Order: sequence, then C-alpha cells, then structure tokens
Amino acid sequence: MIEIHNIHKSFNGKKVLDGISGVFETGKTNLLLGGSGTGKSVLLKCIVGLLKPDIGSVTFDGTFFTNNKLDIRQEIRRKIGMLFQGSALFDSMTVEENIEFPLKMLTDMSKSDRKDRVNFCLQRVGLENANSKMPSEISGGMKKRVGIARAIAPNCTYLFCDEPNSGLDPQTSLLIDHLIKEITEEYDITTIIVTHDMNSVMEIGDKIMFLHKGKKLWEGTSDNILDTDVKEFKEFIYSNRLMRDAKTVEDERDDRV
Amino acid sequence: MLHHFGKYLFFLFSLVRRGESVRVIIDKAFDEAILIGINSVFIVGVVSFFIGAVTCVQVSYNLVSAFIPRSTIGYMVREMTILEFAPTVIGIVLAGKVGSSMASGLGTMQITEQVDALEVMGINAASYLVVPRILAALFMFPMLVVIAMFLSILGGFLAGTLTGQITAQEYIAGIRTDFIPYNIGFALIKSIVFAFLISSISSFRGFNTSGGALEVGEASTGAVTDSVIAILVADFVLANLLL
Repeated sequence: MIEIHNIHKSFNGKKVLDGISGVFETGKTNLLLGGSGTGKSVLLKCIVGLLKPDIGSVTFDGTFFTNNKLDIRQEIRRKIGMLFQGSALFDSMTVEENIEFPLKMLTDMSKSDRKDRVNFCLQRVGLENANSKMPSEISGGMKKRVGIARAIAPNCTYLFCDEPNSGLDPQTSLLIDHLIKEITEEYDITTIIVTHDMNSVMEIGDKIMFLHKGKKLWEGTSDNILDTDVKEFKEFIYSNRLMRDAKTVEDERDDRV
Repeated sequence: MLHHFGKYLFFLFSLVRRGESVRVIIDKAFDEAILIGINSVFIVGVVSFFIGAVTCVQVSYNLVSAFIPRSTIGYMVREMTILEFAPTVIGIVLAGKVGSSMASGLGTMQITEQVDALEVMGINAASYLVVPRILAALFMFPMLVVIAMFLSILGGFLAGTLTGQITAQEYIAGIRTDFIPYNIGFALIKSIVFAFLISSISSFRGFNTSGGALEVGEASTGAVTDSVIAILVADFVLANLLL
C-alpha cells in the first residue's frame, strides 16, 4: 500500500501539485487520471522519488520514503518497477540485456538463473523470441511489453506506469492494459497508472483519482464514475465520444422506464 | 558562470557520493575505453601525421639562414609535437570527437528517460554512467597522445625526406638533439588533465540536458566549446606550473 500525504510541488513559483493526499491499495490498479498538464506525471515522479515534493510525504507499506535515510530510500527503490511513457529501454542493449540489467545490478542471481528469469518475463508478456532484438528493431507496443518485463523482472512490489498506452493503437492499448491488470492481480502488487485514456479507466480502473490543475477533485472506482457531480470531471469524462454515446443510451433507457 | 561552475562541482561530488560497485564501474570503463580508443585512433592518426608533415615543411620554408643546420627542422618538429601539438591539439580534436559523443549520448539518455529508469532502480545514474567514461578517458588519452607523438614525428620525417627538404640522417640527428625526457612526462600529465576536463565537462553538459533533440544538439556543442576553453586555460596554467 502506498500513502501520499499533502503533496505540494512548484516549479519556478508555479504551483503544479497543491496538497494531494490519498491511498493506493495493494493488488489493485490505481489510476491517476486527468488532462494534460494537470500534474499527474509530476505526482508519479514525486512518489517514486525522481522529484522531491516541496511539502508532504510518501509512505510505502508504512515506511517513510520522502526525506528518509538514503539507504532506506534505496531499499524501497529496489522494490519499484516502472514503465515509462517512452518505454526508456536502454538503446545500446538488446531486449534480453534490458530485462537482465536490474537483475544483474540489484540481485546476486547466477547467470543461468538470470537467463531463466528473463525468459520467464519475456514469456509472461508474450515476447518469447525477442531476446536478441535491439529496441530500435521492435514496435512501440513491443517496447511497452519489454518495459513491463524489465519492471517485473526483479519481483517488484510496486509498479508504476506513466501513460502506458500513449502512442499505441486501440487494440495494443487494450492488450497492455490487460497485461498490467493481470500482473497486478497475479503478483499482488501495488500498481499506479498515470493516464488520460477513458478506455483504460473503464477497463482496468480499480481505484481512480482525478486531478485537475494540481488538485485532487474526485476519488472513487470505475463503477461509480458516472455518478460524479464534479463539473470538471464530468467535462473530462464526456469529452470522450464513447462516454457521451453511452450516456445518451442510458438517458434514453431511463426515459423509457 | 559562477552558478554553472558551482553546479559542475556539485555534479563531480555526486559521482562519488553514492558510487556503484568497483566491479561494475571497471567492467563498464573497459567497454568505454575500447570505444574511445578504437573510434578515435583514425582521426588522431590523420591529424597527427599531417601536423608533423606541415610543421616540417613550414619550418624548412622559414629556415633560410645558412648558419642554422638543417637538422634544426627535426629538432623543432619534435619539440613542437611533444610539448604542444600532441597533447593540446589532440586534446582539442578529442573534445570534438569524444566530448560531443559523450554529451549527446548522455543527453539522449536523459531526454528519453533512460537516466530516470536507472534512478528508479536505485542506481546512482551519474556514478554508473559518468565515472566509467572519465576513467576510460584518463586511461586512453595518454595512449592516444603517445600515438600522436610518434605519428607526428613520422609525418615530419616522410614530408621532409620525400620532398627533399631534409635528409633522413639530418632529421634523425635533429630529433635526437638535446632531448629532455621530462617533456614526455609533461605531455602525458597534460593529456591526463585534458582527459578529465573533456570527459567531466561533456558528461556534465549531457547529464543536465532537458527538453528534446534541439537541446541535445546544444549540449553537444556546449560541451565542445567549454572543453576547448578549459583545455586552453589548463594548458597555460600547466605550462606555467610545470615548465
């Protein structure tokens, strides 16, 4: 479980995060939802420690992360797997070397054990024969899957995904969404996903936090998302054509009843 | 400028504050050394050979007095090569070749979040990426400078003898005249200082890149400019201190 408390962050005097608090539960896909420039990625970076919040704290399973001793922060970081927006695969390494890298750096596993683990992770994300390919030789969707394989290779406890389906076609997006959801439930990890994609929200959103102009405006599940009375959230939801159509159908059905 | 210098010093401190294991750093340093060495030998060879050849031809052109022996040409090629051309000019060439490559490589890693990926894993990205590059440069630059010295003197020899401006005996006598072994040591000290300056400044510029492709290009250009200025200032300081 990850808890954030009163996170504030500004850049050059411009407030990007304004007192955000919340709890991200284990075994669930927690979504940070919002339009572009609302501070979702900044919040994610504050949680994983790539940015330091101006005020506020982050707790991983009861252990303080922000402002804690370096070795404790390092210990927590070694339990973190992260899928970046552009996948962030090391372009001088093959797919296999990319996945093996955290195992080589962070564990004492033997070479053969590492090889087995890499093959297992590749199999888990459906890329059995991609070992020797370079990142430049694979598609965007495959890169995302390699990124997921690299994130889960060292048995991570916390998985962070920054817009995992940006730049992907709808079918591949769905595949990546389901893969993340399956992995979260299978390994009982705490997953936080930054997204602005309503399809992802409805498909895999166990818990959703809506951000707008650096503030948390709404929190709930995909089941009660349509019940929101927050104006900004409503506008965000119904900016999606499918959601508008769904609402029209529902309204018509209600009228008939 | 003082602000940038402070950031540079802080960057150097961050390299050692939370270093990666020695085995990891050494392994990576060998890979980097091979890249720096192999990729730079050709340009270093070509530049050195022609610097020696041109120095020989131009000294010969200026040597009009009958009272000055022709062997002076060999002597001057050797002195200019060892004291200045091999370490300093090759340093400037390497700032362009190796420095820009380091800055653009690290800059690209930074903007494509590869550096963030390392940090999230709990790896000190600065230490893991930069220390091996600095060690590799410290190891390879003196070797490249020795190669440059040899090729430059060889270039002078071939240019002088093939154009008939000096005989082989005169040239060899010239390069053996009043030889001071300390000068070789001085050149190697310079090459080590330049190696540190080029690799650390270029890494600093690359590591602090943010934005996109345009900024990577700016970091690369800035790395070369800053490195060349640092080399020239260090050259002057070292000459005053050590000669």
